[in-house]
Amino acid sequence: MARLELNNLHAEVAEGDEKILEGVNLEVESGEIHALMGPNGSGKSTTAKVIAGHPAYEVTDGEVLLHLEEDEFGEEIEIDEDQRTWNLLDLEPNERAALGIFLGFQYPAEIDGVTMTNFLRTALNAKIEEREELFEGEEGDDEDEADEGFETSPMEGPADEGEVGVAEFQEILQEKMEALDMDERFAQRYLNAGFSGGEKKQNEVLQAAILEPSIAVLDEIDSGLDIDRLQDVSAGINALRDEQGTGILQITHYQRILDYVEPDHVHVMLDGQIAKSGDASLAAELEDKGYDWVREEVYGTA
Amino acid sequence: MSSEQDHLKETDTEARFEFKKEERSAVKSDKGLTEEVVRLISEDKDEPEWMLERRLRALKQYQNMPMPTDWPGQPDLTELDIEEIVPYIRPDVDKREGVDDWTELPDEIKDTFDKLGIPEAEKNALSGVGAQYESEVVYQNMQEQWEEKGVIFMNMDRAVQEHPEIVKEHFMTTCVPPSDNKFAALHGAVWSGGSFVYVPEGVTVNMPVQAYFRMNSEGMGQFEHTLIVAEEGSEVHYIEGCSAPKYGTHNLHSGGVEVFVGEDAHVQYSTVQNWSKNTFNLNTKRAIVEANGTMEWVSGSMGSKATMLYPCSILKGRGATDTHITIAFAGEGQDIDTGAKVYHNAPETSSTIESKSISKDGGRTNYRGLVHIADGAENSSTAVECDALMFDNESTSDTMPYMEIEESKVDVAHEATVGKIGDEDIFYLQSRGLDDDDAKKMIVAGFIEPITEELPIEYAVELNRLIELEMEGSLG
Repeated sequence: MARLELNNLHAEVAEGDEKILEGVNLEVESGEIHALMGPNGSGKSTTAKVIAGHPAYEVTDGEVLLHLEEDEFGEEIEIDEDQRTWNLLDLEPNERAALGIFLGFQYPAEIDGVTMTNFLRTALNAKIEEREELFEGEEGDDEDEADEGFETSPMEGPADEGEVGVAEFQEILQEKMEALDMDERFAQRYLNAGFSGGEKKQNEVLQAAILEPSIAVLDEIDSGLDIDRLQDVSAGINALRDEQGTGILQITHYQRILDYVEPDHVHVMLDGQIAKSGDASLAAELEDKGYDWVREEVYGTA
Repeated sequence: MSSEQDHLKETDTEARFEFKKEERSAVKSDKGLTEEVVRLISEDKDEPEWMLERRLRALKQYQNMPMPTDWPGQPDLTELDIEEIVPYIRPDVDKREGVDDWTELPDEIKDTFDKLGIPEAEKNALSGVGAQYESEVVYQNMQEQWEEKGVIFMNMDRAVQEHPEIVKEHFMTTCVPPSDNKFAALHGAVWSGGSFVYVPEGVTVNMPVQAYFRMNSEGMGQFEHTLIVAEEGSEVHYIEGCSAPKYGTHNLHSGGVEVFVGEDAHVQYSTVQNWSKNTFNLNTKRAIVEANGTMEWVSGSMGSKATMLYPCSILKGRGATDTHITIAFAGEGQDIDTGAKVYHNAPETSSTIESKSISKDGGRTNYRGLVHIADGAENSSTAVECDALMFDNESTSDTMPYMEIEESKVDVAHEATVGKIGDEDIFYLQSRGLDDDDAKKMIVAGFIEPITEELPIEYAVELNRLIELEMEGSLG
């Protein structure tokens, strides 16, 4: 079990002093599905990016904590008591990823020339290695290898480096792609390059399925999806929760996806704060009435 | 270890190219370029009179030509003092024509090529290998099956002696005459070593042949000459690699490459250049392509202080095709000025030029290209694409794509992009678990992927790793 905890989080744009988050409080636990809703510009995407460590935002107050239990990463890594709470704001984005934070991007980057297979295997192995470094302080013991000389040609490619080898990884990838109803040719395409909007979103869910995060923040994963793909993506998100126990923080504008991915909790964000929280029925109410009534209720004015 | 990138980082260090061997030479010329030096080189090689005459003629042309200084934006050559360069060093080996067994080489030379991975690559992926140390080819070997089919792969000096008829006809005559430019003239006067490749009609050499050029001594110049003659319907892929340890004074590399692509023949010429940062790399490479022949230039320019290199294809016969794929990487203090030249001199000829450049830490890359479509070369087409990736605001990248189109029935396309490595792209990869360095490496590896996929896998890996080594300089 893991728990992500945002306490009184304040953040602004790093270059400039535009305040965006003004005291966000939120908790997401493994196995839970939270929907974060709110009008444009209320701070939803910024919350997601700050959790993942985007350099464009500066946190001016508050904290982002990740609480882990002893067996969060299975039997191989034993988490000592003093290593169970991490202040994510002290960590690099890749370290946060290693601890189990995943951000599904609203606009995923296109990286030309890097195949999905190469990228995902590299990411998976980087995550495993970083995790070992964080918990066991394993670092730098590869140095010795550098001086071993040139018994094999330096022109030979790396064969099966990393914890997860090529063959093993391909099996994992194939299985997850089938579960998401993705064409197997995806594996050899370049990362998001020339993908349709829907394919990119599907790909974000695929990446989460492979990297097995403790907490996944999905930023408008439902925008730009047709109904078939919405169902595939929704099934993928439910599988993350049901099969891996991932906690989901889903940012969305629409009730539509919540029909397929039923949230345990719904939060409404206004002006950089969580203004109201409730259960799934709150989302339906928002769909009917918009956000103004929440504003009225919270501020006593529209 | 987490990834291919890490593997490469950890099994390698820049030291691989940096090692120096004590200089042990049999013959070493004086510095500078005089008739005496040219005569000494020719005499030491026991050359026929006609070759000496060509050298002396080239020397005269060299002396009468000014240094190129007026090209727009050209690299600064003022620090290059030819009078301080030692043009000829014959290493101290027993067999003048080069051995065909690595173990017969002196230890320090064998060790050099071992460290560069050449014997291993030969075993795995090559039809033949030549290895040049200083001014001479010290190792040359080709699989027997090719010899039986009449393929010739030997060092250029030996070809002068053994195949004078072919060499006389093609050596710096119609393709790269010494009058072409000052460095071609210099090359013509003091050339030494290099490869001679002859592929008979209809023969396809299915694995590449490779030559590796290593400069070991401080302040020397290397002037190897490569002549490839591919007869009608033949096919061959030639790869050259080069490197040198770094010294405080300047080295000069001025190679000459001439390729004759016969009718329906196909030649690929691939270069991975990793000269040390004190080397001026000023080459002339050119191919003449007959009807329906194909010439492919693949160039990776990683090292050197300054490089000026514009491989050229003259599409002479109807339906001839040219492909240029070039990648340049310039770090601190480097000025890599590369590009392509194509002359469409016949109808239905086509060319495709794809250039990728990366600059960082104040380095400069420049794409300089010329496509000339002659009057009458109707139904010809050319497509030029130049992409530049900059790491920071200190680095620069220029694009100078000249077009001279004299024919109206042609298809001309040109695209250029210049961009800085994207922060959002880096963050995306970081959010998946890659650290900052690995994220940048992955983006660069992807950027050059169109180039590396053209190379045999061993070289693709080599090229990627060289770029990673260059990047580590500042990523630290």
